[in-house]
Amino acid sequence: MEKKGIVGKTEQRWDAVAKVTGQAKFTEDFPIANQLHGKIMHATITHGRVVKYDISEAEKMPGVVKVLLPEDLPQNKFGTAGHPYGLDPAKRDIEDRQLLTREIRVYGDEIAAVVAKTELQAVKAIEKIKVEYEEYPVYLTPKEAIADDAMRIHEERDNTIAHTTAGYGDVKKGMAEADYVVKESFSTSPQQHIHMESQVAVAFRSDDQRWTCISSTQIPYICRRIIAQAIGISWAQVRVKKPFIGGGFGNKQEITIEPLTVAMSMACGGKPVQLRLTREESIAFTRTRHAIDYDVEMGVKKDGTITAVDFNVYSNQGGYASHGHAIGSKGGSFINALYKMENFRYDARTVYTNIATAGAMRGYGIPQVTFALESLVEDACDKIGMDPIKFRTMNCRPEGFFNELSKVQQFDFKPVECLEKGREAFHWDEKLADSLKHKTGDKRRGVGVAAFSYGTAVYPFGLEVSSARLILMPDASFKLMLGATEIGQGADTAFSQMAADTLGVSYDKIIRDSMTDTDIDPFDPGAYASRQTYISGYAVREAAEKMRNKLIDLSSRMYDVRPEFIDIVDGNVVYVHNNQKIASLEDVAMASYYDMHYGKALEASASVNIHNNSYASGCTFAQVEVDVETGRTEILSIMNVHDSGKIINPLLASGQVDGGMVMGIGYGMGEGVRYNAKGKPLNNNLLDYKIPTFMDVPDLDQMFVESEDPLGPYGNKSLGENPLCSPAAALRNAVKDATTVGINNMPLSTQNVFEHLKKADII
Amino acid sequence: MEKVIHFTLNDEPVSCRVDVRKSLLEMLRTDFGLTGTKEGCGVGECGACTVGVDKETVDSCIYLAVWVDGKVVTTIEGVTNPDGTLSDVQDAFVKAGAVQCGFCIPGMVVSSEQFLEDNPDPSREEIRRALSGNMCRCTGYQKIVDAVEIAAEGRKVK
Ligand code: FES
Ligand code: FES
Repeated sequence: MEKKGIVGKTEQRWDAVAKVTGQAKFTEDFPIANQLHGKIMHATITHGRVVKYDISEAEKMPGVVKVLLPEDLPQNKFGTAGHPYGLDPAKRDIEDRQLLTREIRVYGDEIAAVVAKTELQAVKAIEKIKVEYEEYPVYLTPKEAIADDAMRIHEERDNTIAHTTAGYGDVKKGMAEADYVVKESFSTSPQQHIHMESQVAVAFRSDDQRWTCISSTQIPYICRRIIAQAIGISWAQVRVKKPFIGGGFGNKQEITIEPLTVAMSMACGGKPVQLRLTREESIAFTRTRHAIDYDVEMGVKKDGTITAVDFNVYSNQGGYASHGHAIGSKGGSFINALYKMENFRYDARTVYTNIATAGAMRGYGIPQVTFALESLVEDACDKIGMDPIKFRTMNCRPEGFFNELSKVQQFDFKPVECLEKGREAFHWDEKLADSLKHKTGDKRRGVGVAAFSYGTAVYPFGLEVSSARLILMPDASFKLMLGATEIGQGADTAFSQMAADTLGVSYDKIIRDSMTDTDIDPFDPGAYASRQTYISGYAVREAAEKMRNKLIDLSSRMYDVRPEFIDIVDGNVVYVHNNQKIASLEDVAMASYYDMHYGKALEASASVNIHNNSYASGCTFAQVEVDVETGRTEILSIMNVHDSGKIINPLLASGQVDGGMVMGIGYGMGEGVRYNAKGKPLNNNLLDYKIPTFMDVPDLDQMFVESEDPLGPYGNKSLGENPLCSPAAALRNAVKDATTVGINNMPLSTQNVFEHLKKADII
Repeated sequence: MEKVIHFTLNDEPVSCRVDVRKSLLEMLRTDFGLTGTKEGCGVGECGACTVGVDKETVDSCIYLAVWVDGKVVTTIEGVTNPDGTLSDVQDAFVKAGAVQCGFCIPGMVVSSEQFLEDNPDPSREEIRRALSGNMCRCTGYQKIVDAVEIAAEGRKVK
């Protein structure tokens, strides 16, 4: 664990200078000679098939190199989710996609492609491809798609791709024991990631006659595998390189364009082909957060005891399975992680529909379930007239709770501390009193709170492995090589701090690389599930310990001092007992390279397979002012409190909280892809799909309830995704406190709030 | 149709033969290799492509290259001091922790530089308003506002 004080300290991120000067190279910024450009033809119907193509005019267009139809490319079925491969076929992601398709399951499905000399020429050629469609009925919601007369969206599979029930006790009996049963329905929106850099990839045959793909991906190794599966070549024939990436948030934990980019290059004799999506394509045709509907019930006693919780969950998968049931089914164990109850049932279905495919997005199902759960909890509290913070703290799971549903023991778990300390720091009681003074008139105020729990890695549901390598440089700095990826979150900086801390050198002695390369960097599945500082952290620690031991061993031989007397502190070889300098690490490093006797360059590597997980928690407090004449809701103040174990780098951690909170505010207040009745996306641009701008958010408040997680490699546990789990629910509860109206369908857009206030006769 | 244009680019006089339909963004990236300026939407919505033209900021993706004929253009590469050190605004972005993925950052820095020239003593509210044409999905904006405040403070001390 923390040793030399570098973990826990704000260090400047190593890539910041390159990023503020414009020097940082993203996928599109590499000059590649004679690069061709690919474009996808998207279906303009939502459900049906192409019965006829006419490409004769398109082929004659200037600059066109290839017009590609589904049959021109390999026909292998593949899945696109960024999960590690499963040796057990039963545990693999559903493989329901092909490079191009005649069968159309979503508006914008990829039905043809063009490669041309310029992007504009490719676009113009696509406009000349003529298609005839046969159309089928369109299903936009799970309930429509599971109706008895609904046709299958994928011939080989039922529209319900999975249906599971988890829980314990007897929910019926629990409800009967309650003083009140609160029964409600909630619906959540298909939020889109809107990473500022759209999807982009370049592929070519490299000089070794293998295939190289440079891509803006979170998961280079998984990308390598899925490209190979889709194309039908052996995995090692593919090399993926990931440079700096302009955000991912889960959408780039999904292999959307890379296989097609490689296939395009193959179709053009291995010439380099770039495929990049426009903003409009990226919003409408890649992935979204799952829109999940909930029919729920909670039984409570007057004293605040929860007697039973019953969740019926309908997860809208969209047209392809992607991450599938992993997201909709996940909520149960997190409800169970947070609150005590004797009787619990969590019944979840994931259903194909014809809206855009849903996939991974920061929070992976928990912002949805938190919206439903914490709104329900609020309404139960209101029923019994109990303080909402007290209700939550008295029902929270204690530290050390063994979660039967996730099989994880929640050793270091502090939602109660978050709620209690947050109450003080947010000045909840003052803001509650202030809100009470504004309950009539046009502008009404209210306060709201919501709590959440979040895992760190995917164990025990999935494989958790990682590797790291350290190379000693002649000046006693260290090159750190990792398959784990920096995607803007600051992982590289955190890893460098970890390595420096364990080695006993300063942070600036660790050298990272902006490029992750599957031919060079050791294996790691990549950035998802807030797993890297935890799982990859173990690999970094082990590699650094090995390197340290090698350095001590060499020093011991060079200076004739027994190894147990030696430590490394601040880049010097010292005596353990009094830190007296024996030698500088540079001398040892130079000897490791060039000394006739001792010369033997030092490297250390480690691979880990981790069989534990740690649960984090936290909460959001918010005060809002609702203009009841218009429905416009202003956030007066908002605070997140996080129990994320040891904070590796306070400034970077705080940046994660800021960004996650604003994404959560956007989720609660207005975001979501909208579709018309025929399934056509309506707002796939940044004017109509509104992410928060500078003007839409107030200054944010935040706090950490810091501790040392007993399992985390440096006392740390998840943080990256956590901040956006609870803002939407807290805002909904604050609006309810202000207006008495609980809005159960997201988002709290001005129009939606207005309509609810109108229905409730407040306007 | 092509046209030859002459303009000042990051303090250097330059000329270029461009297709009259080409955007300033495309010319900067492909003809001059200045890839620091990014494309986040291509249609004037996100501000990632912000550059300075005659002391105003423009979305270079919807500004035609030919329009800079005779003008002075500053990109992120021209913000960095000639000796390679960071400008005060760039330095403040680094120190404030305002950088995450970095994709919006060149546009943010260019906008912030111009804004501080126009308004050397801004409130947080004014900073938010001035930068509202630049979107960022990573930072929640908080530390970018901090950075601009730090840079403004620094200039006052000087
Ligand atoms: S790329 Fe120019 S405004 Fe978005
Ligand atoms: S830092 Fe990633 S978009 Fe702003």
